Amino acid sequence: MSPSAAGGGPPTGAGRPHTSWALPGVLFFAFFAVAPMVLALCLSFTEWNGLGDPEPVGLANWRRLLGDDRLTQSLTVTVLLTVVSWVFQTVISLLLGVWAAGRGRNRAILSAVFFVPFLLSSTAISLLFYALLDPNFGIVHRDTLGSTSGAFLAIVFVGGWQFIPFHTLIYQGGARQIPEVLYQAAAIDGAGRYRQFFSITLPQLRNTATTSGVLMVVGSLTYFETVLILTQGGPGTDTAILPYLMYQAGFKSYDFGYASAIATFLVVAATALSLLLVRLSGFGAMRSTREGM
Amino acid sequence: MSHDTLPRPARTSRPPAQSPAGRRRRHWSRRPNPLAGLGSVIWLVIVIVPIYAMISASLTHQDQALGNNALKPPARPTLDNYNTVLHNGFGHFLANTAIVAAAVVVIVLVLCVPLAHVAVRTRSRWSTAAFRLFLLGVAIPAQAVVVPLYLMIAKLDLYDSLLAIILPTAAFAMPVSVLILTGTLRDISEELYEAMALDGASATRMLFQLVIPLAKGGIGTVVIYSALQAWNGFLFPLIFTQSDGPRVLTLGLFTYVSQFGVNIPALLASVVLSGMPIFAVYLVARRALVGGLMGVGGK
Repeated sequence: MSPSAAGGGPPTGAGRPHTSWALPGVLFFAFFAVAPMVLALCLSFTEWNGLGDPEPVGLANWRRLLGDDRLTQSLTVTVLLTVVSWVFQTVISLLLGVWAAGRGRNRAILSAVFFVPFLLSSTAISLLFYALLDPNFGIVHRDTLGSTSGAFLAIVFVGGWQFIPFHTLIYQGGARQIPEVLYQAAAIDGAGRYRQFFSITLPQLRNTATTSGVLMVVGSLTYFETVLILTQGGPGTDTAILPYLMYQAGFKSYDFGYASAIATFLVVAATALSLLLVRLSGFGAMRSTREGM
Repeated sequence: MSHDTLPRPARTSRPPAQSPAGRRRRHWSRRPNPLAGLGSVIWLVIVIVPIYAMISASLTHQDQALGNNALKPPARPTLDNYNTVLHNGFGHFLANTAIVAAAVVVIVLVLCVPLAHVAVRTRSRWSTAAFRLFLLGVAIPAQAVVVPLYLMIAKLDLYDSLLAIILPTAAFAMPVSVLILTGTLRDISEELYEAMALDGASATRMLFQLVIPLAKGGIGTVVIYSALQAWNGFLFPLIFTQSDGPRVLTLGLFTYVSQFGVNIPALLASVVLSGMPIFAVYLVARRALVGGLMGVGGK
């Protein structure tokens, strides 16, 4: 990448930006994203109701958190929601994306319609289904959100309704990059459509599936507003995912020390998960996207 | 990603001439695929029915809405519900959201373009460390930092102001923006930089005359991505603002739930209205929007 300075040309230092150009961005991000994480860790060792000053209480919040049944339940729901959403969204986005990658007027028009849900904010979509699932009003004349499985599936469905258009788009882009020769060779060998799908399309979309999967898993934490609007963690605390548990402890019970312990736990879990995904997916190798092209 | 290309040599060693434009993708349309057709129609129903029910209900009189079948078109359509929404601060919330989105886009671009430029053009330990920081930053959920941010915002005397929404939203849009931009800037060839250096161009001139014009695609993606983040943001407005003054659209919709109570048609009218601006952008610039979003998922 770096040209040799001894090549007789101008010194390569000329025209290169000084590292300090990155400083404003780094400082801004450090102040509003990294410092709060450190602060959350500090606050987790205190008791604070939002007024006055935080009182240090040692490990009390952490002891309480690790003995809290709600944490176990919340963690289970969060993991379950992430996995079920991932399967639901991946299967449908993959099929729709591969289908939409083909030619034809029908596919183009339908793809344009399929994208429309993504134009609404998740708040708007949650409100839409909050209204439609209202037993006195909507299309479903039963109390869907009143049962644990109904509420859970409603969150999965609403999340999918919003994000499947986006992931379909990613799969569509991936499917269009599969070289045509592979299909031609398979056709000569007598492979049918479904054989081609399983032997060529699926393996070729491996990288796309990883990118989309990383975004889905990291994004599943943003179901916060869906939970807040649709179920408020209910029935009972059956759909209280980790961010919602944190929100309740902090901004409903004004127990900011305990909320900070949950938040720290969330950061550790999310970082561990994403490091794992980065390692599995080779996302960290982004420096060489042009290699071999 | 070199290890990923190993099991798929056909892709890297593909001679470009082997798939003439006229023969591309013939396998897709050779014969109809009834199963795929059926699947796409089912999904169409799943997408259309809620949207139809929403629009239909938003045009229904409130007293006719309850107990009614939401799938039946309204007997006497009315725009009353839209009137109710527009008279309850909708325009004000929309203006706030527009200000927040514009400010977030400007901050993200001003901070991230030079940052990505440094990450690509210098190989110092510091620029690598900065790049790593943002790579890891992708994983920080905004939910995890709202408590301490709430404390910081209060101490900075920013609570209940638009800045309280703008600053953290911009910070949390940065990691993905930096990744998108470094991906784009890496594709600018070294010869172009050398040619400009030969002309004695300064780093600043290179940024404005070479990097920014050639990175238009990536910059466009970042604009769409960060504007959407601001547009959809709910958590920061919920926690960092309180009064009507700095209320943005998403939070405005949320407050309509308690304000309108059982007036579900008015609530749905507000949802329809909130979708209008982006829908208008979609109608006018679908290719740019969709193309830009494809860039978020990688090129």
